[in-house]
Amino acid sequence: MNSRFELRNHRQEQHFFRLRLGVAGVVMLICFGILATRFFHLQFLRYDYYHTLAENNRISLVPIAPTRGVIMDRNGAVLAHNFFAYTLEITPAKVKDLEQTINDIAVLVEVSPSDRKRFKKLREQSHSFESIPLRMQLTEAEAARFAVSRYRFPGVEIRSRLFRHYPKGPLGAHLIGYIGRINDNDQRSLKKNGEFPNYLGSDHIGKSGVEQFYERTLHGITGTQQVETDADGHAVRVLSSSAPVPGDNLVLSIDSKLQDIAEKAFGVRRGALVALDPNNGQILAYVSMPTYDPNLFVNGIDPDSWKALNESLDKPLINRPLRGIYPPGSTFKPFVALAGLEAGLREPPFSISDPGFYKLPGSSHRYRDWKPGGHGSVDMRKAITVSCDTFFYGLAHELGIERMSSFIGHFSFGKKTGIDLTGELSGLLPTPAWKQKRFKQPWYPGETLIVGIGQGYTLTTPMQLAQATAILANNGIAYRPRLVAGVQPGGTGGLRPMAPEILDRIKLDPAHTDLVKLGMLDVTQPGGTASSVGAGAPYLIAAKTGTAQVIGIKQNEKYNESAVAERHRDHALFIAYAPAESPKIALAVIVENGGHGGSAAGPIARQVMDYYLLGKEPPAPPPEALPNAAPVAEEETDAHD
Amino acid sequence: MLTIRMLFKQLGKHFDQFLLGILMLTLTIALIVLFSASGQSMDRMSTQMVNILVALGALWIFANIPPQHLQRIAVPLYLLGMVLLIGVFLFGDISKGARRWLDLGVARIQPSELMKIAVPMMLAWYFDRRDASLRFSDYVIAAILLALPVGLVVKQPDLGTSILIGASGFYVLFLAGLSWRLMIGMAVAGAAAMPFLWHMLHDYQRRRIEILLDPTQDPLGAGYHTIQATIALGSGGLSGKGWLNGTQSQLDFLPERHTDFIFAVFGEEFGLVGNLLLLLLFAVIIGRGMVIAANGPNAFCRLLAGSISLTFFTYAFVNMGMVSGILPVVGVPLPLISYGGTSLVTLMIGFGILMSIQTHKKLVTS
Repeated sequence: MNSRFELRNHRQEQHFFRLRLGVAGVVMLICFGILATRFFHLQFLRYDYYHTLAENNRISLVPIAPTRGVIMDRNGAVLAHNFFAYTLEITPAKVKDLEQTINDIAVLVEVSPSDRKRFKKLREQSHSFESIPLRMQLTEAEAARFAVSRYRFPGVEIRSRLFRHYPKGPLGAHLIGYIGRINDNDQRSLKKNGEFPNYLGSDHIGKSGVEQFYERTLHGITGTQQVETDADGHAVRVLSSSAPVPGDNLVLSIDSKLQDIAEKAFGVRRGALVALDPNNGQILAYVSMPTYDPNLFVNGIDPDSWKALNESLDKPLINRPLRGIYPPGSTFKPFVALAGLEAGLREPPFSISDPGFYKLPGSSHRYRDWKPGGHGSVDMRKAITVSCDTFFYGLAHELGIERMSSFIGHFSFGKKTGIDLTGELSGLLPTPAWKQKRFKQPWYPGETLIVGIGQGYTLTTPMQLAQATAILANNGIAYRPRLVAGVQPGGTGGLRPMAPEILDRIKLDPAHTDLVKLGMLDVTQPGGTASSVGAGAPYLIAAKTGTAQVIGIKQNEKYNESAVAERHRDHALFIAYAPAESPKIALAVIVENGGHGGSAAGPIARQVMDYYLLGKEPPAPPPEALPNAAPVAEEETDAHD
Repeated sequence: MLTIRMLFKQLGKHFDQFLLGILMLTLTIALIVLFSASGQSMDRMSTQMVNILVALGALWIFANIPPQHLQRIAVPLYLLGMVLLIGVFLFGDISKGARRWLDLGVARIQPSELMKIAVPMMLAWYFDRRDASLRFSDYVIAAILLALPVGLVVKQPDLGTSILIGASGFYVLFLAGLSWRLMIGMAVAGAAAMPFLWHMLHDYQRRRIEILLDPTQDPLGAGYHTIQATIALGSGGLSGKGWLNGTQSQLDFLPERHTDFIFAVFGEEFGLVGNLLLLLLFAVIIGRGMVIAANGPNAFCRLLAGSISLTFFTYAFVNMGMVSGILPVVGVPLPLISYGGTSLVTLMIGFGILMSIQTHKKLVTS
């Protein structure tokens, strides 16, 4: 071995190594140069852009939901109010194993099977990034227990929320209505109306009744809060805020005591009652029986309760005064009478001799009176008092369907009354044109007779009947019926009353209205069809009874009340106003399958009038007639309606 | 007094003062950043301080082992590493979807870390023996010695570590004189094999590369890391938001902010100025390592020292590149700064070896 060669070799080797190392060093510098350029790009050239992104990350605008307005009755009794409570809410998108998380939560906080069911249902109806309540109204202890373990549950939060509560439960549920969680449909319509931004902080919206109709008034204006949030969306601190404006309070014209008496008077029977003040259209009682507890709906009804309500044969969810349509029966007769008088027909001293039936000229078909053998000599006043069918058959025939329908239409039959609730039905005032369109058939003269006694095609809602009675009581002046008497702007104390709104002034001859009213007054006097209703009353009641057929009765067949299945029995109707000389209250009552109007519906009306006019409360009802009994599902048939 | 000073002098005999000083400075910065990145967690701080002490101990031990001894243990260490890697492959513990750990009963170890040192040592040993006459077959053998451990680590799967092991081996080959023609040929072949390699990658690795090309594809999923990290860096601006004031970091928008993404915290709070200073610090460390390598007494020392320095560079470049969004997200921590003991100990062992080569030189040459 040559040591000199080795040494040179070593030097050569080292030289070569250093060359390579130098190349690597240059590559390193280039790479670091690339990094430096990148940093310069991000942190200098595009600083503004990334600064904005970071601020957007950090700052979020949190809406603060306003406090919903309170609903009170005319005396200030609270019908709907709010309270704060803790809820436990889950944002499914932020939770990996939902089932496991709920099970883990259940260890700390009680989660009932119905909570789980309701959560599951809400989960199906909402988006995965929405916060969905699992448990409502946590106790302080439960909230504290969860708060300690919150770090274990990303995507689960305790929130303090305002809850809506209806302290009187089922009382007046159909008129007060309820609020429910905002769903996709609500969202769409809010967006269409441009109201969506105001609902960013709200979870609930009015779904029915006054809560729905006066949604804008009750809701208030959403405030905002600029908060710094972390990546999980937890607020770290508040940067700035603007306070929400609370919704306005509503004062209803309803008297909740009167409402209670009316509902109790129905007992377990189905039906409807509307009572209003004919002098201004204010609604005093608005009953739909059976009723339900609106509190069930506020945070999503659990499937079992929903099934029970929805499938009950008694149909508690139907808003009967507005959406229940019934033939008016004989309660229609005072209006037919007025139509005749205004047309110059049957003015006193005109009278007929009633054989108990009516025959159209040139026909042998007998249109029977409800009283076999007839009422003897009958003039207009008596015809109303005894509800003489024969008299009205002849009058209707002479008036003709066109004249009759067009006059009676002024009394809000066949059209909406314009009450401050949504979903009102128009009912039906038949005309030949309507029949041609609907059935492609001509109008037969016999049908006019049937319409003349309130049967046949004619359909009315209890609301329409009450409104028509009020118009008659007020001699033709029609006020818009209203549930809300005044608005109390949020926060401030003052009350802004709602001015009564006159819809129509029907030109009527006072002599004619007086005659019809006298006939109605006699109804509650001895000899009238509702003499028992007027018995012992220290004020005068003008009224008319009615019976609406549920099933057709064949010619020459006798109607036997007890033999007919309960749900096929006639509906009992009753309209009235009092005191007869200067009416303060007008009402309409329907008891479904109640039989005769005077005996089934009349006493209910009497109790309502007694309380409203005299402050007299009815005796405690017998225990078996207690209202609000859970609807009993009889059998799985779809017979009714 | 004198004896104590003598003792310290004796203990510190094999420290490279300059390199040690820079390292201590960097580790101090690491603790300052970690305090912010961990959300001011004293637990994390004290754990990391213990990690640093252990790593400094390892550095001292390796600084005191003469390079000749390292040369002697190179082959057994490599073989041991291979046995352990195969052990991981067969019986390893699975955590977070990857098989990286081996439970030896006494302790759980991560053999891939060992290979970061053992592979360059083995290859340096090989080329040192063959230095007189390098033939093509030598590069083939070296490539096989490199490919075996890299392949096993890729399989675990641990892309980040396999890149670092692969790089450390490649640097030895490159510094040993791998011909340019061969390298260009390999680069062309590599490009040609790209579709095949693409096929070999795990779905999540492929996804990461796709997301790198367009992070907005999946802003809340795989792209989230990159997007939030670039926002953090960019919003840091020229001089940063200030220590403990990074909104992206402190409000949890940055994932893995105290480990792989700690550089985003640093960049957000100390800005462009801080980033450039950190780059400078790293460049100085690498430069010092290169100087040590250039003056190495023999081929083994030179190759090993060169590889260790350049691997450190790779560490830093890959991590900063991925955090700033110019490289795909692979699991490579920021060297010396990221929280965690394992990679810190390995890094400090590397620096210990550098110091050993520097301080034992006189003994070898004389």
